Amino acid sequence: MKKILGITGIFLAIVIATSILSPNFLTAYNIENLLRRTSLFGILSIGVGFVILTAGIDLSIGGVVCLAGILTPYLLTQMGWSAPETVAVILLMSVAIGFLQGGLVAFGRIQPFLVTLCGLLIFRGIARGVTMDQTQGFQGKFAELRWIGNGRISIPGVEEFSLPAPVLSLIIIAILSMIFLNCTVWGRWMKAVGRSPSAARYSGIPVARLQILAYSICSLLSGFGGLLFVCDVGSAQPSDFGNFYELYAIAAAVLGGYRLSGGEGSVVGVIIGAAVMQVLRNAIVLVSWLPYTAEFAVIGLVILIGVLADEFLRRYAANRARTQVKGTS
Amino acid sequence: MTDAAPILRCRGLGKRFAGVHALRRVDIDIYAGEIVAIVGANGAGKSTLMKILAGVLTPDSGEILLSGQPIRFAGVRDATRAGIALVHQELNLADNLDIAGNIFLGCEPNRFGFLDRKTMHTQAREWIERVGLDLSPASDVSELSIGRRQMVEIAKALSLRAKVLILDEPTSSLSMSETSRLLTLIRTLATQGVAVVYITHRLNEVLDCADRAVVLRDGARVADFSRDQLTREGLVQAMVGTVQEIRRAEVRSANEKSEARLVVRGLQTQAYPKSTVTLSIGRGEIVGLAGIVGAGRTEVLQSIFGIDRRTVGDVSLDGQAVAPNDPVSAAHRGIAMVPEDRQRDGLMLLDSVRINASVVKIARESIAGFIRRGAERMGVARIIDLMKIQPALPERQVALFSGGNQQKVVLAKWLSTEPKVLLLDEPSRGVDVAARAEIHALIRQAANRGAAVLCSISDTEELLLLCDRIVVMRKGRIEGEMNAVDATEEAITRLAVVGVEVSARSTEAAA
Repeated sequence: MKKILGITGIFLAIVIATSILSPNFLTAYNIENLLRRTSLFGILSIGVGFVILTAGIDLSIGGVVCLAGILTPYLLTQMGWSAPETVAVILLMSVAIGFLQGGLVAFGRIQPFLVTLCGLLIFRGIARGVTMDQTQGFQGKFAELRWIGNGRISIPGVEEFSLPAPVLSLIIIAILSMIFLNCTVWGRWMKAVGRSPSAARYSGIPVARLQILAYSICSLLSGFGGLLFVCDVGSAQPSDFGNFYELYAIAAAVLGGYRLSGGEGSVVGVIIGAAVMQVLRNAIVLVSWLPYTAEFAVIGLVILIGVLADEFLRRYAANRARTQVKGTS
Repeated sequence: MTDAAPILRCRGLGKRFAGVHALRRVDIDIYAGEIVAIVGANGAGKSTLMKILAGVLTPDSGEILLSGQPIRFAGVRDATRAGIALVHQELNLADNLDIAGNIFLGCEPNRFGFLDRKTMHTQAREWIERVGLDLSPASDVSELSIGRRQMVEIAKALSLRAKVLILDEPTSSLSMSETSRLLTLIRTLATQGVAVVYITHRLNEVLDCADRAVVLRDGARVADFSRDQLTREGLVQAMVGTVQEIRRAEVRSANEKSEARLVVRGLQTQAYPKSTVTLSIGRGEIVGLAGIVGAGRTEVLQSIFGIDRRTVGDVSLDGQAVAPNDPVSAAHRGIAMVPEDRQRDGLMLLDSVRINASVVKIARESIAGFIRRGAERMGVARIIDLMKIQPALPERQVALFSGGNQQKVVLAKWLSTEPKVLLLDEPSRGVDVAARAEIHALIRQAANRGAAVLCSISDTEELLLLCDRIVVMRKGRIEGEMNAVDATEEAITRLAVVGVEVSARSTEAAA
């Protein structure tokens, strides 16, 4: 819990500041919207968290989101596939992408940055090539499938506010991820790989398999995220769908306490990190004197402050732990 | 020597860390041309004292006089400028630079700000030769063995033309021949007027070369022996506080043959592709691999475990072949490996004792891939108790423990799984006498439970203390073997250094 203290503080500060500065912030409509965006981006961030845990990085997320987001309406409307077929193929394709990228990292010994940077370009290129750069939409059909992205779950007794459906996906994915990371041998070992790949190897831990698994999970969640995104907005343009999403995902993970050097991070932290990003983007739109064009600058600054605050708290905690131990021994 | 004024004089040095005394009013005088050994168990305050002398730490009380003048170091640079150089126990070389670059790091010869590589390399060559390394100054440091890296570190310290040279366990990773070369070098330096302050766990070296030995215990100076007062028992007694006999824990008789557990046949390693190694180790047997650094011992251990590539040769465990190049299946089959560099390969330093000690065991006792938390916690508590890991705090970061306790954690990781084969690379490197005895006892226990133990150990004294049988390697092949009962340090060293042909020839010549 100590690990996410810094980011929780920042989250609360931004929420309070924005609600003072803008009367439209704490409205049912806006909160619903924020929850939806946080859930969608949170899923991507949880995914990239697995890769960061093994001291890797996945820059291909935006490309995978794009490919999945484009292919979903394409397969349904242009190819006439059924919804279950489409979803199954999209998810399988996503896992295969992660499997390949992870394999190149683990066995090809190519740096993750390079592998996934190339992936980012390749997957967007494929998406644009397949569709000839044409915007893909659901043509007003497939409402049942689209519910997972744009659905609203009404809460009994509450009139104005409903729970956005992607929150369900986020909660399920978050719980599964927490169970995997905290309760299973493979989860523990994945952290070990990030902490010290050589110590992991000398302990007989299947380092390569775990790396491939991490990239597979990441791409699977990216693909699933792309599916949710397109279901939410209804159509996708191959040239810009999912642009920069890998950076939002990585930023949220880092804000949430993941260390790029590997081995450390918590799922709850990532979700709060994703929430900070979304509230921030929301604040820039809502607060009139903040220029919308400065969005990236503001987000960049807040991430920097967040990481610094986190590092500061961490050192403080580490020092205290050390003094206490010395004092008792 | 005592008629001259001391070059370095410490008066009442004290240092506390968070309320605990690391040093209590320590007085030490060091004279030019003198070799002073500083001995003490882990945590006795040796490293703190060294760090104060080298300017890494500032003392809370007391003063340091250099050539009679009180002096305060603001940092390592101050100390270096004053002629005090420290060679750290942990290696501090820049992996991306060559040897010359490391020796002159921070004071590179230059012309108008551009590196003068030629001068750098010729000067570096002198220092390299002086420490007895036969390497080009342009060699990459990253490719050197730990032993050789240490020699480069010493060359670097020498190049600073230090008046006082502080060596923190310089021989802990050196082989016999390198150690004796280093001790010779230290003596030469001392005759040239350099004061050498020498921290070591190896009492043999103290008896061998120190002019004086200062013993620290719990941060206080408890004894100061001059050369003629030095005895092994005296040192041990001062260090431990009570009389403790150093002797073999147990001896297996030479004719007590057991069934072969680990069999290595025709193994070739990448380092020595022309020689093969054939070995057989029985249940409950502890076999020591002796040899100088670079004899190929580490490579044999790593090939068996699967870390190093094995293309030629068979390894079998209880009659069944062990797959090559696959540490995962080796570990699964019950082969355990304790690597030489525990900080890099043995531990996840930022994680707790619990995480480190249970990392292999959790998989063995898991149910459908899920960790059994209760079993894990109990197992770790038991092992901390059994192995006397101090302080007994399972959630404490392993990086904060002393070397001996860290090594126990690495051992715990494997011993808790009751391995069938235990491979150990320098199991007591950088570990004090008391912890070493405990580690030996643990290894013996594992053997008594049926493990076949193969350990690579550079220290001949330790080989004789621990092992049942000693296999001597030289240039990648097995030069000979002997039962520990019949072996002597001299015989091992001769075989390791000159080999069987030469030693046989010299005995013939003598006859």
